[in-house]
Amino acid sequence: MSLLAVEQLDARHGLLKAVRNVDLSVAEGEIVALVGANGAGKTTLLRTIAGAHRPESGRITFDGADIARLRAYERVKLGIALVPEGRRLFAGLTVEDNWRVAGDTRRTGPWDVEALLALFPMLKGRLKTPAGLLSGGEQQATAIGRALMTNPRLLLLDEISLGLAPLAIDNLYRSLTKLFSSGTALILVEQNLNRALGVATRVYCMLEGRIVLECDAGLASRQQITEAYFGLRRDSGREMRP
Amino acid sequence: MIWVDQVIQGTLLGGYYALIACGLSLMFGVMRIINLAHGDFAVLGAFAVWLLVARTGISPFFALAVAIPLMALLGAALQRWVFERSLRAGALVPLLATFGLAIVTENLLFEGFGADTRSLAPEIGDLAFDSWTVTDRIYVGHLAVLVFVVAVVLLVGLQAFLKWTALGRAIRATAEDPDTAELVGVNSRFVYAVAAAIAVATTAIAGTFLAMRATFDPYSGPTQLIFAFEAVVIGGVGSLWRTLIGGIILGIAQSVGAQIGPRGFLLTGHIVFLVVLAVRLLLSGADLGAIVRRARTGPRRSRSL
Repeated sequence: MSLLAVEQLDARHGLLKAVRNVDLSVAEGEIVALVGANGAGKTTLLRTIAGAHRPESGRITFDGADIARLRAYERVKLGIALVPEGRRLFAGLTVEDNWRVAGDTRRTGPWDVEALLALFPMLKGRLKTPAGLLSGGEQQATAIGRALMTNPRLLLLDEISLGLAPLAIDNLYRSLTKLFSSGTALILVEQNLNRALGVATRVYCMLEGRIVLECDAGLASRQQITEAYFGLRRDSGREMRP
Repeated sequence: MIWVDQVIQGTLLGGYYALIACGLSLMFGVMRIINLAHGDFAVLGAFAVWLLVARTGISPFFALAVAIPLMALLGAALQRWVFERSLRAGALVPLLATFGLAIVTENLLFEGFGADTRSLAPEIGDLAFDSWTVTDRIYVGHLAVLVFVVAVVLLVGLQAFLKWTALGRAIRATAEDPDTAELVGVNSRFVYAVAAAIAVATTAIAGTFLAMRATFDPYSGPTQLIFAFEAVVIGGVGSLWRTLIGGIILGIAQSVGAQIGPRGFLLTGHIVFLVVLAVRLLLSGADLGAIVRRARTGPRRSRSL
């Protein structure tokens, strides 16, 4: 049985239908990449799974229970955590307070302040610094750490390399190897296809709110994904015509 | 020597202003609501204490201990049924809602208690007028010192609560970004209700001390609101320490002003407030047009696909 199952999900921003009839599933411990152009609906899909955005219709089940009606903080307590696009740190709070707010959810698991400092050594000595004063890479590490403090079973990572220097991205991904092998289920939204395919076992590609391709990361050819990404061949993958 | 005296009296008076301002500061800092009924809640608290004392004959301090949880409940209920709803409708609606609450509170009190001026001073015995002699020219009242000490303890306690406790951290995180706070497991509605409960509960303390050191009637609220507002602006929003400093500056300005001339008391306070406000706006390089535009369009809500 899958840990997360999204069925026939629709979500909109006012008149704009951002997510259309999406089916998606993540197994326990699985790493899934979600790729697609800007505006394809990836962020809305993640925010809807996390509870920050109300779906219009469809089902979201987590560990067998329907969670579509639960508020975001209740889903955190069940074990879903989102690292939001643009990090969204509490800028006036110190790194440590950013983490401890999340840690106050009291879910048990391997992640605490010590474990996070081992994962992100760059943040040693920065614990008492207001999050707003950190560099971009440090901020992203703090944001990932904040989500991990809730000891999630499913972690949603939304464009963690956005706005970072290439060197900072390398650093971040090197730090995350331990996370990727920790057995936490992940949905990774990433613009960089190589990075996404290097980590994930399965790939979903979104175009204009729909899932247009779903396949094993090992089997997917770049050609196939590129076509789905740009919508060059609408009949590829599991595109469903109306 | 007379000026030293005025500074001392002004500092003690500032303790009262800090006491009435801290709830206003907290509510603005956390919920971004300027509660125009804040002064009226203080008067409501004073009437609650006065009624308990008049009916049961207990000490006003015991009556205050009863009134504080009642006012906290009122704050939480108002957050749940009034503030939370009005916040969804943009920046202007909460202001109108609290303005309405102010009018309703004043008139309900008038309906219930009439226009009589009341005071709790007769209920606290010697505390109302006893004083210590510092020099042969300077006396400090027991009550004024008590109010100052209570203010400092309350503000230090609240600041420590915000800084060191889990609920305090949740309040600070929610104040910065309620949506994201929810995403890390904070029930923002509960946190808002707690903050509103604390803010309204503090008005009961301020109102009771107002009633002990002076007189009050159903329409005393707005004046207290102005003093609280001035203390918050002079100190600057962001921490309760600043509110304490703001209250003391306002108190000193008023006392020194009163020494200069009989009408100086209020005038000097207002002038200091306006000067600080103008300096703050200039120093921040504020674009007044942008402030007006922001007020029209409501708080920033960042959303992306």
